[in-house]
Formats: sequence, C-alpha cells, structure tokens
Amino acid sequence: MSALSLSGVGKVFNPGSDQEVRAVHGIDLEVGRGEFVSVIGPSGCGKSTLLRLIGDLTPPSAGTVSVNGKTPARARLDRDYGMVFQSATLLDWRKVAANVELPLEIMGMGEAERSRQAAAMLDLVQLGRFAGHYPWQLSGGMQQRVAIARALAFKPSILLMDEPFGALDEMTRERMQAELLRIRAETGTTVVFVTHSIPEAVFLSTRVVIMSSRPGTITEVVDIDLPEPRSYETREDRRFFDLLTKVREGLRAVEAS
Amino acid sequence: MSPNTRRVLSVLGILAVLVAVWEGYKWMGTATGGVWPGTGVELPVRTNERSMPHTWDVVIALLRPARRGGDMLLLVLLKAALFTWRSALLGFVLGSAVGFGLGVLFVRSALAERGLMPHVVASQTVPILAIAPILVVWAGRLNVTRWLVVAVVSAYLAFFPVAINTLRGLRSPDATASELMRSYAATPNQVLWKLQVPAALPYLFPALKIAATASIIGAIVGELPASMPDGLGRAILNFAAAFSAAPAKLFASILVASLVGIGFVGVVVLAERMLIPPSRRLEDLEAAGPRGRDLKEVVA
Ligand SMILES: Nc1ncnc2c1ncn2[C@@H]1O[C@H](COP(=O)(O)OP(=O)(O)O)[C@@H](O)[C@H]1O
Ligand SMILES: [Mg+2]
Repeated sequence: MSALSLSGVGKVFNPGSDQEVRAVHGIDLEVGRGEFVSVIGPSGCGKSTLLRLIGDLTPPSAGTVSVNGKTPARARLDRDYGMVFQSATLLDWRKVAANVELPLEIMGMGEAERSRQAAAMLDLVQLGRFAGHYPWQLSGGMQQRVAIARALAFKPSILLMDEPFGALDEMTRERMQAELLRIRAETGTTVVFVTHSIPEAVFLSTRVVIMSSRPGTITEVVDIDLPEPRSYETREDRRFFDLLTKVREGLRAVEAS
Repeated sequence: MSPNTRRVLSVLGILAVLVAVWEGYKWMGTATGGVWPGTGVELPVRTNERSMPHTWDVVIALLRPARRGGDMLLLVLLKAALFTWRSALLGFVLGSAVGFGLGVLFVRSALAERGLMPHVVASQTVPILAIAPILVVWAGRLNVTRWLVVAVVSAYLAFFPVAINTLRGLRSPDATASELMRSYAATPNQVLWKLQVPAALPYLFPALKIAATASIIGAIVGELPASMPDGLGRAILNFAAAFSAAPAKLFASILVASLVGIGFVGVVVLAERMLIPPSRRLEDLEAAGPRGRDLKEVVA
C-alpha cells in the first residue's frame, strides 16, 4: 500500500459562477512510504491546492485521494499529517516548547509525556536551548525549524510542506535543507514538498513532479537518482547538474505552452 | 528620567496648563468686563463666580462641609462614588461577560451574527436615558434591589465595545493558524480556547477600558430614574439644581466622578499589564480598527 494515491483528482473553485477557477485537473500520483516528492511549477498552477487536497483542507471536485489506504478526512482525524507552511505561524503567546506541545495537547497527551516529546523534537531540530524563548525572539530560520518540530511532534506519517523555506535567505535555506534530510532519515517520514526552486527540489527529492498551469496538471515526473545520503558534495556532482537541466527543461516546456 | 515619571509629569503638566487657561480666561474677562480685549465682542462664557468659580474654590469646596454642620463635601462625594461604583462594577462584569459571550457566539455562527449584530448596534443608538426608566419599572415589579437594576443599565452600555472587540480578536488569527488546528483534528472548543481566545486578549483590554468608563456613566444615568438617594447621580442632580448658588460644588462632583472613572480604567490597565506581555499589547487606536490605524498615522 502506498502512502499516497491520487487518481483523476481535480479541483474547481466557485463552480458555475463567473469566478470559476479550474485549479487542478486530472492528477494521478502514487507516493511510496518514505519517499520525498517535490512539486514544482509556475506560480498559480495549483501546487498549494494539490497539497490542500491531500491534507483534507479542501475537498476535491473530482477523483479520489487515498492516504495510507484511507480517505483524507479519516487520515486527518487519525493525525497522519504534519503541515508546514511558508510562514511559521507560531502562537506568539506560547514559548517555543509550548508551541511544539500544542498538537500534543490537542490530542490529549499527558503533561509529562508531552514535554518529553516536545524536548525530543526540539533537539531534533537543534533548538533544545531555545525551549524557553518566545517565537519573536528567534530568527526566521529558527522559527521555521520550530514549525517543523511542531509538525513532527505527533509523529505523522506524512509531512506536507508548502514552500517552507521560501522566505529564508540562501545560506539559511541550504542549512535547512540539509537539516530536513537528516530529520527525514531519522524519522522515515514521507514528504510532499512544494517549492519553486529547482536546486531545492533536485537536492531534496527522490522524485520531482512538474506541473503546468491552466489547468494545473502533472506534465512530467523526474526520478532523482542521486546517491544517498545527500551532502554538500551532492551539489557539486555532475549528475546533480544534469538533473537541474532536466527539470529546468521540463519547466520551460510548461511555460512555453 | 523613567518613562513612568515622564508620564506622570506630562499629566501634571497638562493639568497645570488647563488650570492656567481657565484662570487666565477668567482673569481676562474680569479685566475687560466680559469682552474680548480691544473689541466689544462678548466672551462665550461669562467669567463671574457664578459661571466659572476659581479652580481653588472648587478644591476648597471639596474640603468644606457639604451642608451646614454636615460631612466634608469630599467625603460625601466619595461615599456616593463608592455607592455608584458598586453598581458600575457589577454592570462592568455583567456587560463584559455578555459582550464576550456574544463575540464567541458570533464567531461560531454566521447566522447569529447576521441576525443579531444589527440589533446589537441599534441597542447603542437608543438613548440610555430612555432605556433606564423602562428597566427600572420592569425590575420594580420583580422586586429586585434597585442598585442591581442600576447595574443592568450600566451593563447595557458596557457590553457593546466588548462584544465588538472580542469578535475582532477571535477572528484575528490568520487562516494558516486555523488550518494547522484543523490538521491537528482540534475540536471547535479547542480552537476557541487554545487559539482564538488567547489571540483575542490584546483586543479585549482596550474594549474593557471603554467598558469601564461606560459602566460608570451607565450607573450614574441609571440612578436617576431609579431615584437612588445615595449615588453620584443624585448628588450631581442636586448640585446642578443649585448650580447658580454654589457652582463650585457641581464642578467638585464632576471632578470626583471623573476621578472614579480614571481609577476604574487604571485597574483595567493594571490587569492588562499583568496579563499581557508588552510585545502583545495593542495600542488602543490600533485595536479600534482600520480607522484607528489611520488616526495613528495622522498623529504620528
Ligand atoms: N480558495 C480559493 N478560491 C478560489 N480560487 C482559488 C482558491 N485557492 C486557490 N485558488 C486559485 O487556484 C489557482 C491555484 O492556486 P494555488 O494552488 O495557490 O497555486 P500555487 O500554489 O501553485 O501558486 C490559482 O489560480 C488561485 O487563484
Ligand atoms: Mg502556493
């Protein structure tokens, strides 16, 4: 059973009105356990919508989504998803540790276990020292790491990330990418990752999904057969550059059409 | 100089300026015989002792017996203020609770908001002077203690700003935060208490400050039709009737009434200081909405 299975999935916003938008259309995609799939495409092509369909934040207009063999709604209630968005969206009245504990509180975990788990997650993103800080005392990159720790807190089987590093500077971004790969290696979480950066998609992923706009649909899937574990050297690998070119050409074909 | 010292000094400074303007105007009017200097144009307000007592006469009046052989006026007024404040405090608590409840109801149910909001707004355009006697008569039948009725009049004014700002505050978290809560499979109650209410607190306090002053006004006005002999309302009415004979007493009661209001707001400010860290405190103008923000830009 794959972690994610989409068949014929489409989404129309405001159907029938003059503001009708066909956001995504005819999406077929299988994602295996532990895979890291990036979705890349021109802005407005429906990447976020695709992620929201998977995460049960919006219902599909057509087709079926199945998550670990369940409906997205069931998967959400079973807390199969961890979500990270472009903005960290930490609650500013809660300290860092309390932010990470929030999902655990909501699932009804006891206080002692909760704080143990939050501490472990903060160690995972190497922010253990900042447990007692308030979010506004942290840099943007650190806040985003807290958001990742929070998303991983209840050990979701799928991590949905929508341009999580989009607001970070290049140096921080590369550090965060390395960190994310390390975390994934430790947790075995399946990741669906939306980005508009070609190097980011190639460096992180096992597969890159290229989407076109109007209607948003998958035009090409590129297998990324770079050696694991990825490291600083990966970015200097010939194969890395070949794959960058391949994805870039795929995107250019989309934008030309 | 610490910011607090500076604040106290600026308040005292402005008080001094106001006193100086009052006394200066009075002095000028007395010198010119009630006209603008060099012209024959009459001053808008007469400057004789009947219209404008000296500021120090107001203070002196506070320290004299209210009536021959009786207690000091200040004492009489403070007693009355305490009495009024009891109704106002209950009205404030009652009104704030109702306002908060309405905010929660509105954020939960668009239908309730659409149906009730116009009535809530309309309730505040009806003069409280008309509402108060109705409530007093109704409650009279029910045999409720009168100061409780006054509290209800006071709550009638206090609930409104709290309802509006609670709603604004409960709506303030951005969509992403709500989606995160959804992804945690949070119940509506969990969303309310863990996300919306904490987010609303900074919006709540500016409304509570307004509610505090409104509840005092409501209590004073409510005392009149309830013919309560003991509160500030009656005292003000009495001194207003005797204004031309003893103007300083009316000004003195205004002074005390406003001090009570300021004291009440001060309590709310203290509560805000204790509960909301500085980084989350909203400027009052900002909390007043987009118009408030514009105002703030004009001020800045
Ligand atoms: N809630 C919505 N209502 C109406 N249209 C929407 C909504 N969300 C997204 N869209 C539209 O769907 C299209 C795809 O949006 P989105 O998935 O956000 O694209 P991307 O993330 O690739 O930039 C856009 O044209 C956008 O305007
Ligand atoms: Mg997007």
